[in-house]
Order: sequence, then C-alpha cells, then structure tokens
Amino acid sequence: MKKYIDDFTVVQNRRLNDEYVILTLKLDRELPEILPGQFAEVKVESGVNTLLRRPISIHDVDEKSREIKLLVQEIGEGTRLMGALQEGDTLNLVYPLGNSFSKPQTKEVLLVGGGCGVAPLLYLGRKLKEAGITPRFLLGARSSDGLIALDEYEKVGEVNVTTEDGSVGTKGFVIHHPLMRTDSPVYDHIYTCGPDAMMRVVAKYAGNHNIKCEVSLENHMACGIGVCLCCVTDTVDGHKCTCTDGPVFDSTYLKW
Amino acid sequence: MVDLTVDLNGLKLKNPVMTASGTFGYGTEYIDFFDISRLGGIVVKGTTLNHREGNPYPRMAETPHGMLNAVGLQNKGIDYFISDIYPEIKDYDTNMLINVSGSTVEEYEEVARKVNELEKIPGIELNISCPNVKEGGMAFGTSCPSAVSVVNAVRKIYKKHLMVKLSPNITNVTEIAHAVEGEGADSVSLINTLLGMAVDADSRRPLLSTVTGGLSGPAVKPVALRMVWQVSQVVKIPVVGLGGIMTATDAVEFMLAGAAAVQIGTANFIDPLVSLKVIDGIEAYCTKHGFSSASELTGAMISE
Repeated sequence: MKKYIDDFTVVQNRRLNDEYVILTLKLDRELPEILPGQFAEVKVESGVNTLLRRPISIHDVDEKSREIKLLVQEIGEGTRLMGALQEGDTLNLVYPLGNSFSKPQTKEVLLVGGGCGVAPLLYLGRKLKEAGITPRFLLGARSSDGLIALDEYEKVGEVNVTTEDGSVGTKGFVIHHPLMRTDSPVYDHIYTCGPDAMMRVVAKYAGNHNIKCEVSLENHMACGIGVCLCCVTDTVDGHKCTCTDGPVFDSTYLKW
Repeated sequence: MVDLTVDLNGLKLKNPVMTASGTFGYGTEYIDFFDISRLGGIVVKGTTLNHREGNPYPRMAETPHGMLNAVGLQNKGIDYFISDIYPEIKDYDTNMLINVSGSTVEEYEEVARKVNELEKIPGIELNISCPNVKEGGMAFGTSCPSAVSVVNAVRKIYKKHLMVKLSPNITNVTEIAHAVEGEGADSVSLINTLLGMAVDADSRRPLLSTVTGGLSGPAVKPVALRMVWQVSQVVKIPVVGLGGIMTATDAVEFMLAGAAAVQIGTANFIDPLVSLKVIDGIEAYCTKHGFSSASELTGAMISE
C-alpha cells in the first residue's frame, strides 16, 4: 500500500481523563485507503527527548469528513505533547503503515482489548459491521476510569467489559470474563490488542480452543517503514519487523 | 545555475547527498515519498556473507537529541541480495553502494568478490566500524594493523570504488584514515555511530538488549564535524561526512569542514523527504553565497 506524508489539522482534542485524549485530525483532500490495524508515525514538536516520530494506531476513520482519530495515552514527553494539541494545530503523519487485521472467514468474532490497546479495535469493529458482522467487544481495564470512550464502541457492536477492581463489568482480567471462561466459545476468530501479558493469555486460550487469533503488537520504533530494523519481534521465521511485517501477527506465528 | 555534481575520486555523483547505510533500506522503501534517483547515492543496508539474525529486542532507545541502536547487522546475506534485491534496484539512476561487513578478513573478501561482479553497483562502503557485533565489525576499524589487513585484502579483489567507513570509537581517527588511504581506499566516510548506552532508572535495566549500542542523530554532530575536519587535513582522498545531519545547513557545515559529500542517516526516520530538502538547500546556499558549484564548498571554512 502506498505510504503518504501529510499535514493534518487538529479539529478536536477530546480529553477523556487525565491520561487519555482522542485527537480528530482532518486532511484537506480525500483520505487514502486506510485498513483496520494500521498505524501512523506522528511527528511531535522536536525537543531534547522527542527526536523521533511516535507510532500511534489509527483509532477510527471517517472517509466522508476526511477525518481520522488517534487515541493517545500520555505516557511520555511525546504523547504529552500530542495531548496538549489544540484545535487548529497541524500534525504531520507518515501513514498508513503496517499490515492490517485480516477479513474474517466467519461471522462470529471477538475483539479483545486492554488499556490503550483498545484503539485499533474501534475501526476494525466499524469495518466488520459494514461487512455485515456484528463485532463482539471485550474490553478490559484496571478500573472504570481506564475504560475509554465506551460510547464509541457501543455504537458499533456489543460491548463487554472487565475491570480489575470490579468497579464496572466482570471483576478480573479479560480472560476471567464468561466469554473466555467457556469451553464452547460462540466465536471462532479473535482479534486482540493490549498489554503483552493479556494478549499471551488470550492467544493461549485461542490455541486451546482451535480459534484463529490475531494479535497487534506494540514495539519501540524509529522509522516505521522497515528500514531501521529496530522493532523486531521473534517469529517462527526469525526476527520480523513489527512495523512492516506487523503490527498484526497470527498468534501461532509468534515465538511466545 | 549551480553545478551540484561531485567527483569522488572517479565516482560521479549528481549532487553531494547520499543516504547512509541502515537508514534507507534498499531505497525502494522510500519510492512512495519521492524519486530516489534524485539522490547523489544510496548506501544500502550492511550486508554480510551469511544471513544474520541480528541482536535480540530491544534494539533502540531514544536519547537526548539522538538515538541508540543495536541492530547487529541483521541481513539476509549477500547471495539473497544478489538474487532478490539487486534486480529490483539496479536500474535506479543513482549510485547504489553496498555497505559490506564481516567477521573475518576472508568473509570481507568473499563478499567483495561477489559484489565486484555486479555491473550496476559502482562501489562498496567497507564497514570496519559497526559497534554492534561481537566479533569483527568495529574491531577491524579500531586498530591500524587490522584496518590495514582488511582494506588491503579487499582492495586486491574489488576493482571499483572502495569507500571505507571509519569508526569514531578510537583515540586518533587520522591514523586509521591515513592507513586505509595507504592501502588504496578511494574515499573514507565518517563517522559511524558512537558507542553509548542508556539505563532505565526505574527498572534498573539497560534499555538495549546488548547494553551498549551506537549513538546517532544531532547529538553526535559536533564530534562528527571535528573528525571530518581532522581527517580531511591528513588525507588526499575524498572524505564523505555524516553524523547528525538534519538540515542543508548541517550538510554545508560538513562540506566547509572538508567533506566532499555527505550522508544523511537518522534524519530519514524523522522526515523521509529530508534528503531532497538538503539537496535543494545546498543549491540555495551556493546561490546565496556566490558559489558556482557545490564542490567549491569542500574545505572552504575560513579558519585564520
């Protein structure tokens, strides 16, 4: 897929809580095709500790209004600069990067997200819905504060939640939810993105039940386009770049 | 009209801007962004005799005004390059140099012998300065006798342009530069990355799997500039300057300090179009300052 470098205009910075924002970015021409699971390399203002671009997954796309959304968790200087952006600011993106989630061979799918990893699942869910598949989300967080923009997911599919403190939904991790505690799951394709530990147990569950499982990895990156070879992950075929061979991998391909 | 062409000891560049090994892939990764044949040259990813998996993850850490990497020369080997990459890249109208590395003199020789047969590859950049491999690599470039042995061996085999990439991780860079010139190098490029490290105070762990890695980016520019200047004082062969070049002004500074051409490295990760901006900026600088050709910039620093 062709890659682009474009300046986007920030049309909204929706603050969800003291840690997360959703940036809505508008392009002054038609958007190129963007697939669910792809990401952008975002140029933040250069500073002592912000030389490189930040890889951020594409949260949502609205072709008609020529807008994309990025869900940003403020975890360091670069993401804090993104969180401080205001309406009218310009943001330069190299995009769309990476492969994508595959099209399911089934109508019964489960989308499992944790923390900021819920980000790419919204756009995936929207695309599935367009294809006539009702996505079933299972979203986990530490507490109710960490469950981000649930309203957006509810518009697209069925939403199930877990919180570690039990403040909302099932108490515990996603793997403790009834959807994943059964030995006869109603779905046969899992898409997951979130902390490694979460994805590993989800992948293990999928393996035990012969369910196809695609995981979206996060890694430290420099280039985002497969030239620096910094963001490798261990696969059955050796080191592969998360940015170009991924970020989405079949869980059985990874050496987990 | 400014003449941007540069003659590196017989290797003709349409302008003084090349992209540095390991930061530009095989060039094809950038064709969505611009016409790569506008470049003076492309130094493709470090290539060894055999396939190398490289170092474990994590391989990268961002540091003040720079980054550390510890890739460890991951590549599929020279035979894969010849069968799968070369046909794809050979017809671009630019100089495609192959960065060659090895663990032993024999490995360097073997790769050089194979590259010598590639009609459309006008030169080798001999990497005797990679800080991220356990054996070979930088070890060859940090002592005069070993640098001499590898350059001497490759020179006997390789008939086209031989550029030798020098390590900054050394007491006196001019000695090695002088030594490799004596063995028949056609040019030298410098600097490779500076050996560095980063620690995460919270986890009390190093940020790289290999603990140490190579520092690049604007943080290294003053060191690179100094070494380019020192080397250009003592060798007659052209010096290709690199290390932290982010803008055309940076590139001009390297040329004024003595570089005949420059390479852009880490900046490619931040702005894929940076090389074009540097080419245009060098031209604009020449126009503004009354230079009719880019080559007049080489060594034009006023130092009295």
